[in-house]
Amino acid sequence: MTDPAASAPFAANPFVEAIEFLITPRESVTGGVQVGGLDEMLTLTVNHLLLSSAAIAIACVVALPLGLWLGHVGKGEFLAISASNVGRAVPTLALIAFFIAFLGIGFVNVLVALTLLAIPPLLTNTYVGVRGVDRDAVDAARGMGMSEPQIVRRVELPLSVRSVFGGLQLSAISVVATAILGPLASVETLGTPIVSVNVYGQPGLLGASILVAGLAILIYALLAVAQRALTPQGLKAGRSDAPGILRRIPFLQRQGSAQPT
Amino acid sequence: MSSALLPLAQLEIRRRRGGTCESEDGFCPDWIVDNLERYVSPLLEHIVLTVVSVGIGFAIAFALALLAHRREWISAPLSALTSVLFTIPSIAAFLLLVPFTGLGPLTAIIALVGYTQVFLFRNIVNGLSNVAEETKDAARGMGLTERQLLWRVELPLAVPEILAGLRIASVTTVNLATLAFFAGAGGLGAQIYTDITFRSNVVVAGGLAILLAAIFDLLILGGQRLATPWRRAAAA
Repeated sequence: MTDPAASAPFAANPFVEAIEFLITPRESVTGGVQVGGLDEMLTLTVNHLLLSSAAIAIACVVALPLGLWLGHVGKGEFLAISASNVGRAVPTLALIAFFIAFLGIGFVNVLVALTLLAIPPLLTNTYVGVRGVDRDAVDAARGMGMSEPQIVRRVELPLSVRSVFGGLQLSAISVVATAILGPLASVETLGTPIVSVNVYGQPGLLGASILVAGLAILIYALLAVAQRALTPQGLKAGRSDAPGILRRIPFLQRQGSAQPT
Repeated sequence: MSSALLPLAQLEIRRRRGGTCESEDGFCPDWIVDNLERYVSPLLEHIVLTVVSVGIGFAIAFALALLAHRREWISAPLSALTSVLFTIPSIAAFLLLVPFTGLGPLTAIIALVGYTQVFLFRNIVNGLSNVAEETKDAARGMGLTERQLLWRVELPLAVPEILAGLRIASVTTVNLATLAFFAGAGGLGAQIYTDITFRSNVVVAGGLAILLAAIFDLLILGGQRLATPWRRAAAA
């Protein structure tokens, strides 16, 4: 091992060091500047969240109306389903690299790349969710005199909340994970200590990894809570028609049933 | 250990000089033809990472799913566990495993196996539990034991769903393996990262990764056709 820490008489636990890095600033490996500590990590976390939520918000604005409309009129199944198959096949690193190599670095380019990453799961899950709504419910709404936009808003959307949120969770996970690569395009995120490990050192790399993993799990859990809160009462009661495992974990359920084309 | 994760881009000494296209980071067909051989070993590493991870992942998921099929109560917690695993950003997972298992393919494979479970375990469990009760009753009526029922009726009928999970798992693993160089395991991602501003490099390495995902997808789709002859018979 060439690691200087390893040759020290008391090699500290790398994870303890990583947590220390998150809390107290220290001199960088290259010397001269202070890195780490609560202030810098907070700034990086905020940057990471701003970038990620902007990408997810734009993706929602694009994918939700499109998915709802395609699902409502029952057209474009090929587009809606193959979107996520194609999305899955394009490595996130390759996507970021294409943007850097062809369009250059900068916030906007990373934002667009992350948005492209977030659209397919949202589009596919929204479409699948709407198509999965009981046609009798839609006919009943039509019989009650609802207009088509009303049917979409008040029947199809609430009934497909579970699937839409499954897509949202998938999008959020991959966007938060890929935002780690932001520093490659000069966008400071929690990936900065990872990409610039020669400045931040091993504790910075591990500390940022712990933080970003925790952040992803937290976002996933918050979305699960939000999904539960927004799911109509009637749907929660009537979950006995499928094996428990399917009903309990929405994002699994939809991903599994969405067959690749 | 500290030096291995230095961004390769910063260590890379530009080997390209002279030619205008290469020095301008352009898309250069000539350069690509001349330098194809440098993509061979990253591609092979990528294939090995994917096949080994999906293979081990399938064996683990299959064993766990059979267990969950017998004992219903373990399937929900296991399924929740697989989704939490899937939530962890892969770069973080690779880096957090390094202190335990060191830099190298082993670390990458451990993480990649973890990511396959969410698709494989759930699809195998669902495939088994989606077999119609009447079908199982008919088989029991014919005198099949529970073990025969599983291997001769339930598993064959679950094949389409199992292979659908395998397709998604393989494509996802090819994707995630582009980040395996964070665990020191090479692959096409290392090649992309080495020279991320050079268009020719990005197109070839990225293109190979996409192609690889498509090939895995088609191979398993072909396997599915072969393994479920009754589906073709019904369609005809």
